[in-house]
Amino acid sequence: MGMKEFVVRRIGQLAVTYWAFLTILFLLFRIVPGDPTTMFVAQGLSGEARKEVIENLGLNEPLHIQYVDYIFQVLQGNFGTSFQYREPVAGIIVTKFWNTIFLMLGAITLAYMIGILGGALLAWWRGTDREIVGLLATLVARSSPTFWTGIVLIMVFVFWLKWFPAGGIRSVGADYNGFVDKFVSVDFLYHVALPMLTGAIYYMATPTLLMRNTMLEILNEDFIKMKKAEGLSQYTILYKHAVRNSLLPIVTIIALVAGKAIGGQLLIEVVFNWPGMGRAMVTAVSYNDYPVAMAAFFLMGSVVILLNFAADLLYAHFDPRVTYE
Amino acid sequence: MSTQNRTSTEDEYDILSQHYGGRSRLRQTLAAQREIFRGERLGQIGLLLLAIFLFVGLFAPLLAPYDAQEKLRTDDGEIKRMEAPSTEHLLGTTRLGRDVLSQVLIGTRIALIVGSLGAFMSVFIGTNMGLISGYFGGWTDDILMRLTDIIYGVPFLPFVIVLVVILGPSLLNVILAIALVQWRSTARVIRSQVLTIKERPYIEAARAAGGSDVRVLYTHILPNVLPLVFLYGAFSVGWAVIAEASVSFLGFGDPLSVSWGKMLFTAYTANAIRTAWWWVIPPGLSINLLVISVFLIGRTYEKVSNPELRERE
Repeated sequence: MGMKEFVVRRIGQLAVTYWAFLTILFLLFRIVPGDPTTMFVAQGLSGEARKEVIENLGLNEPLHIQYVDYIFQVLQGNFGTSFQYREPVAGIIVTKFWNTIFLMLGAITLAYMIGILGGALLAWWRGTDREIVGLLATLVARSSPTFWTGIVLIMVFVFWLKWFPAGGIRSVGADYNGFVDKFVSVDFLYHVALPMLTGAIYYMATPTLLMRNTMLEILNEDFIKMKKAEGLSQYTILYKHAVRNSLLPIVTIIALVAGKAIGGQLLIEVVFNWPGMGRAMVTAVSYNDYPVAMAAFFLMGSVVILLNFAADLLYAHFDPRVTYE
Repeated sequence: MSTQNRTSTEDEYDILSQHYGGRSRLRQTLAAQREIFRGERLGQIGLLLLAIFLFVGLFAPLLAPYDAQEKLRTDDGEIKRMEAPSTEHLLGTTRLGRDVLSQVLIGTRIALIVGSLGAFMSVFIGTNMGLISGYFGGWTDDILMRLTDIIYGVPFLPFVIVLVVILGPSLLNVILAIALVQWRSTARVIRSQVLTIKERPYIEAARAAGGSDVRVLYTHILPNVLPLVFLYGAFSVGWAVIAEASVSFLGFGDPLSVSWGKMLFTAYTANAIRTAWWWVIPPGLSINLLVISVFLIGRTYEKVSNPELRERE
């Protein structure tokens, strides 16, 4: 199967997955025990107002019409009005979406930096005590729930050492002009440091272990032995030749790591009061603000599906042996 | 990585299956497990840790010095609020005067129940999906694998939260929600393994001898993928324990039971993380150790199912 055909089929698959995801979302929030209208109509409305809202939302229509209507609304980015904020959901969620994405990008970048260096060292230290310590450290990091890692980091770096703020995305009174300014400032870095580190600690295991495995393979290859014979120093061989040739597999899984991170990150957002999508979803669910919860869920799922798609394409691009099977 | 090429494990499997294949499978399976852990230091540590957790879980009410939910008072009737560790309360007390050590001990039960039940359900669904999909191929395979892709598109933790909120916050619903998503990784891995196993001569022989599909699938193919099933079973225990702790930490867990995640939720919402380290560290460390123990056990199985790893170490 050629690359072109693969891409076409994969796009078809993407469409099916996306449709199925939208359907699951619809079913989750409509086919619930009890009266589904309570999920979408704010409580405490008078009988008349309530009826009007139900008609506006089309909740009095038969289910299949609601379904078709819902698909069109969602695809246009129309998620209704938040009960809690009394504002259109789309406006509320967009800012939070970018807050989430930037935190995630930071955490994954850091995780990859640790993973590439650490994985290379682990491979280099193979068979020594250092390797075992390193492997156990990776295991411990992978086994700590992110919210607990976050709490421990807050205990140490906020309450004890007082180096960082306990949460939030910017200092009280800090002002910014526009999108770029918001994410490129000292104040932002100051606030993002701990949540970013928390995420990185959890995500780093995958790139570290994969890097180590690839490195072990590369280090056995003839050209490395040649370099050793040439009398190059250990670190030149390690970082200039071996690492460069080991990067491909871990680059191809970036999208998969990010896809897993997007949902799990909501714990970090809650612990650090980070105004992101995940935290918005948790708050919305607690306040019965279902339009916001649904929009957040929709965006997170969309990112996961698109990243899975990207991961497959990356893989096929770098490794042409991969076929549709 | 599910896409990894595992063909080099085939010989290993053939030897194992000839050696252990046959009657009284359970006893031989157990013997095979002992063989796997022989000489594996880290795997043995994992087993020991897990045994300790099982012991604590079984005898928690006997081991716990106090009732985990009781508000303890001093002699003059004051509630013992957030007392630091002492000989009387080895891990101190919570804001409502409850004994932290007793809560940690009792909380072991929830973690073990969620871990074992959640992992069993995910691996049960995943293994069957993988077996059927890989063995029958064709449109069966297409449908089951597209279903798996769809589940891969669902963000795990948000899904579990929404489902628990909709179905109601009970332990069983948390476990169910976890299993409904988690089977996906087992299904993919088992399927790719089945694809290579079903081409082997003895499988054809079994079919030629008149063995039905069900028989071939469950008596000839399943035993060969068992190490992989155990590997994903071990991982699933870890994932399920972390997932339940996360849901409880967010306040969506079973309101009646004491769990490690809920302890951390209470400590966090009571603003106790500023001072009460004795309330924060023990439940988190317990989660950590339990998950480490199953990952160490899983790692041992990984070496069996992927001998390349063994050669390198």
